[in-house]
Amino acid sequence: MRVLDGVAFQVAAGTICGLIGPNGAGKTTVFNIISGLLPPSNGKVICDGKDITGRPPHAVAAQGIGRTFQNIRIFGEMSLLENVLVGMHRLFSYSPLTLFLDLPRKRREEKLLREKAGEILSLVHLEDKAAWPARNLSYGGQRKLELARALATDPKLLLIDEPAAGMNPAETEELMEEIVQINGRGYTVCVIEHDMKVIMGICGQIAVLNFGKLIAAGSPQEIKSNPLVIEAYLGKEE
Amino acid sequence: MGEFLAATWYTYNTLLYTVLVNGLLALSIYLTLACGQLSLGNAAFMGMGAYTAAILTMKASAPFGLALAAGGALPALVALIIGIPTLRLSGVYLAMATLGFGEVVRVAFLNLSITGGSLGLNGVPAKTELWHLVLVLGVLIYSLVKLRGSRFGRAWEAINEDETAAAVMGIRTTFYKVWAFAAGAFIAGVAGGLNAHFTFFISPREYGFEFAVDILTFAILGGTQTFWGPLVGSTILTVLPELLRFMGPYRLAINGLILLLVVIYLPNGIVSRNTFKKKADRG
Repeated sequence: MRVLDGVAFQVAAGTICGLIGPNGAGKTTVFNIISGLLPPSNGKVICDGKDITGRPPHAVAAQGIGRTFQNIRIFGEMSLLENVLVGMHRLFSYSPLTLFLDLPRKRREEKLLREKAGEILSLVHLEDKAAWPARNLSYGGQRKLELARALATDPKLLLIDEPAAGMNPAETEELMEEIVQINGRGYTVCVIEHDMKVIMGICGQIAVLNFGKLIAAGSPQEIKSNPLVIEAYLGKEE
Repeated sequence: MGEFLAATWYTYNTLLYTVLVNGLLALSIYLTLACGQLSLGNAAFMGMGAYTAAILTMKASAPFGLALAAGGALPALVALIIGIPTLRLSGVYLAMATLGFGEVVRVAFLNLSITGGSLGLNGVPAKTELWHLVLVLGVLIYSLVKLRGSRFGRAWEAINEDETAAAVMGIRTTFYKVWAFAAGAFIAGVAGGLNAHFTFFISPREYGFEFAVDILTFAILGGTQTFWGPLVGSTILTVLPELLRFMGPYRLAINGLILLLVVIYLPNGIVSRNTFKKKADRG
């Protein structure tokens, strides 16, 4: 059984790209293959000219690909700040020896990166809750924390999986602004979403999957009027 | 007064030493529990350390420090050999591997002539002094305090919470899990070496599955959310049977009852994450 069949698309640097399709189309599977959680049976994943197909997740993260999860996977018992600091794991460089000798280098790095973590939390409007245990956040807050944590990995490409799921209109508006702001700072983004307002509102390019196949790719205008896309979502006219 | 203290020391010094050794063992299993893994091999690692250190001091007249270091290094090396293939996988594989490993080691102790077979080793020189135990425990506690607020402590905690998410954040999960497991094995080995040199006699019986479960109980009773928990658990479970001695045949029953009450009313163990936080920060 093929979950994905001949799917091929590119994400241009500096853009916001949308990946849409009905439930079960294989969108999250694409993300799982890119981030190394699932090896593809064939095909390649190329990031900035480098072949990263089948590399383990931490190596993909080291290459600069960050992601959020469709079902939230924040570290509930750790504070918001600590969650973001975990995202920054690869940006730290002090060794265990430096740690045990309590050398200034360690204190400097921790201080610097903690400040940076606070800034990232401000980007998603969560800075006042930085010391809270993450499980105390509202659903919308937890989704934003996922985003902040993925951003903390300082990625070349940010994969965001259904960020607006379960959010009310006000939260969705704020989310859209936050993603546009993030993109404005130079991060390339690829978003999986069901909320068409979000996709049409922020994406420059959109790819559409259905039953594991790529059925269309293009600008929002082109996708909106594409008969195959309309059929996939609404079914064939009888 | 001086005589009273001397008499008290004479009677109870072994208990104090045992409290400290069990503290080390509880911390050794805590290291693997803290990143979501269960090791049932720490009694076997303790045994390996005990036999290695005792054989070195008895047959090779090795200096105590060297014997202890070797007693820690051998289990650590074995932990790397078992750990690297098993910890690549997520799930209960380490528990299964260490369960089997513990049995293999016990049988090895029983059958090798150098370990004295089922008679064990008798006449291990009395080399352990209080300061040795306090020093090793002190260094370990210092290390754990330092690790807690560092990138390494956060990495272990992340792996414990959600290994997949941790990996996607760039954490080399296998590397960290293997390190925790090997460090735990090292500490258990050193604890074994220290223990052998104040009990004078070691045998395979002491390092079997029952004791591995005891070590796990120390940690779980005390609470595995912070490293203070295992220390509290091991102290209580070592001292309690002594305190309850006056109860004669009922003391083990009372011991069991206390365990049951803690499991029911304090499911996170005696010391939880929130024990040291002010009410406002508890969330």
